[in-house]
Amino acid sequence: MAAAASYDREDGGGGGGGGGAQRGSRDAYDPNYVPDSVKTFVTHLYRHIRDKNVYEIHQMYEGGFQRLSDRLFRDAPWPSAEAVAPYCDGDHVFLLLYRELWYRHAYARLSPLTASHRAESWANYCDLFSVVLHGVVNMQLPNQWLWDMVDEFVYQFQSFCQYRAKLKSKTEDELQQLKQFDTAWNVYGVLNYLQALVEKSMIAQILEREKEGLEQFTATDGYDYEGGSNVLKVLGYYSMIGLLRIHCLLGDYHTGLKCLAPIDLNQQGVYTIVIGSHISTIYHYGFANLMMRRYVDAIREFNKILLYIVKYKQYHQKSPQYDQILKKNEQMYALLAICLSLCPQHSLIDENVSTQLKEKYNDKMTKMQRFDDESYAAYDELFSYACPKFITPSPPVLDQPLTNYNQDAYRLQLKLFLYEVKQQQLLSGIRNYLKLYSTITIAKLAQYMEVDEATLRSILMTYKHKMHAVDNNGKIVSSTDFDFYIKEDVIHVAESKPIKRHGDYFLRQILKFEEMIGELEKVQFD
Amino acid sequence: MANEQPVESYTVEELVAVNPYNPDILSDLEGFVNDQVSNQTYNLDANLSLLRLYQFEPERLSVQIVSRILIKALMAMPGPDFSLCLFLIPEHVQMEEQFKTLIILSHYLETARFRQFWDEAAKNHNILDFVPGFEQAIQTHAIHVLSLTYQKVPRAVLAEAINIEGLALDKFLEYHVANSGWVIEKGTHSQLIVLPRSEFNHPELKKNTAEIVPFEHVTRIFPVLS
Repeated sequence: MAAAASYDREDGGGGGGGGGAQRGSRDAYDPNYVPDSVKTFVTHLYRHIRDKNVYEIHQMYEGGFQRLSDRLFRDAPWPSAEAVAPYCDGDHVFLLLYRELWYRHAYARLSPLTASHRAESWANYCDLFSVVLHGVVNMQLPNQWLWDMVDEFVYQFQSFCQYRAKLKSKTEDELQQLKQFDTAWNVYGVLNYLQALVEKSMIAQILEREKEGLEQFTATDGYDYEGGSNVLKVLGYYSMIGLLRIHCLLGDYHTGLKCLAPIDLNQQGVYTIVIGSHISTIYHYGFANLMMRRYVDAIREFNKILLYIVKYKQYHQKSPQYDQILKKNEQMYALLAICLSLCPQHSLIDENVSTQLKEKYNDKMTKMQRFDDESYAAYDELFSYACPKFITPSPPVLDQPLTNYNQDAYRLQLKLFLYEVKQQQLLSGIRNYLKLYSTITIAKLAQYMEVDEATLRSILMTYKHKMHAVDNNGKIVSSTDFDFYIKEDVIHVAESKPIKRHGDYFLRQILKFEEMIGELEKVQFD
Repeated sequence: MANEQPVESYTVEELVAVNPYNPDILSDLEGFVNDQVSNQTYNLDANLSLLRLYQFEPERLSVQIVSRILIKALMAMPGPDFSLCLFLIPEHVQMEEQFKTLIILSHYLETARFRQFWDEAAKNHNILDFVPGFEQAIQTHAIHVLSLTYQKVPRAVLAEAINIEGLALDKFLEYHVANSGWVIEKGTHSQLIVLPRSEFNHPELKKNTAEIVPFEHVTRIFPVLS
């Protein structure tokens, strides 16, 4: 079960390794001890937030917090919120933000956490989101921080579902805690908070009005330059992506894509500002389309983001998100390999991406196109490596014989995916044969393929059915690179002309020139 | 609040749009499935919401309701609705006999094995009879697939796909000749039905989409033009 084992990897950065070793330092941890550097950190961060100095906040959030964590809190938690309260006037909202950072640090470095810690983190998110939803917040926070908040919220939910589904090795104490904190991270609460953020921020309407020029949102990167706060609006925006992600984890791809609908992926937008949100959006969008058999849409978006990462990843080498970026990059290549094996439209891929893809997956892709036992193993392996960590949202029944059911959701999605692959089994055979002919009778082709005529007719119709998906508006959209039609009992293969994409070429050059002119204009002569 | 409406007067669509993650609407959604069956209507979003609620509270799952949702989803082909629903139904539930049957029926339709489909459907008509319009919906789908594939289809192939023979088939053909632009021709072995022209069975009609630049791509240069 190699594939299942690769699926069960623990997320959480370097936490897995450090888990056992830091029992000692945890005992020595004094939550009330506040090193001087932390006192300074908290004082300054609090002041910058009060002054709405977004640039400084960002520096401290991205840089300062990481540096202090690396230096002083490698395997230990930060000081408790109560201990740092004196350095921020005991400000209630600031302490909610601090606690959010505290738990995020704990998840990243001190995994695995107990149920009671997880429940505390849940309670903190509830408080924090409630404050934001009441509209009493007037801070401006950097987009990176707001994205990380939503991203972490969904991650901790996913982590909790995985945690509580592994019942076999739980101690009495742990089971007791699960019973005690049975409302923490309940799926209704999680979904409803994100939904509430989307609705209260009215982000869908804002984006609509922006299209008609009646509102400024994307143009200001989501920031409010009229003395207000960006927090609710931007949290609402990122919550749409959070909802897409959760629906993918539940296996509801249709609804997930609906949640993302107000965001136009053909444009730059707030979702592209923070690279983490850009990648998460496209990864989940692509995956959902793959499961809905909309291969062309998935291929297009994967191609765009993989190109983007090739160009810009060097600028993120120092950032704490770098590992995640690389990981998602690899996963998207795997998903792209799957899409192209089921829907060979290689003309949609850029040269750079194609080269990388061949380097990584040439062997696997050859196997996958053969549709024998080895190819199912290849599909299984790539799917298991690249898929989201599906969850079972319902709480465990704690009095039955205890099992681990954390892999049930994943197994179901994998099974249904492979089922779909099996249905497309004979289609590549069709492609290979028909490419050799301009016309051929059904009788002859049936003979070559060693099937009877009725079966061949079914296979031909299956090809047509699978290669023509229904889009959101009920229209039939073809994803064939290669087409045919039948007159009575003769198959006519449609001529495929080589494609010259003049329009796209001109668009690319126009944008490139504009970029160059922009650079030149920035040059100042002394 | 002066204008508070009682919950019953919200339509189910409104309930799903306004507050989808709400355990209290579960029975409304179940009622709505039964409405869809009797009124021959269909709403994928509401049905997915219900399947999601069943995921959140597995004790409340009703096998009968799920069965109806799946049959309605089959009738929505060529859309992928059936597999979208399956993604949300736990594996052990899918092992129930009637779901296994529905999955087999879906498999036959997905792989265009119409003869096997109609045979299996006949054996299980007791489940399918509960949902009016089933036969017509599948026949519509079969014709759709034939229209993607054939310019001229032999009578026997059509008959097998829609499960109509003899005089009934003659009447059926008459109707579509009058209303859907079908034409009957004489072929080498039998009658040929000429299906309406489209870009799918006449690839030369396909606009050279490679040359057409999608509007969304052009919008990329709007900032430059302004």
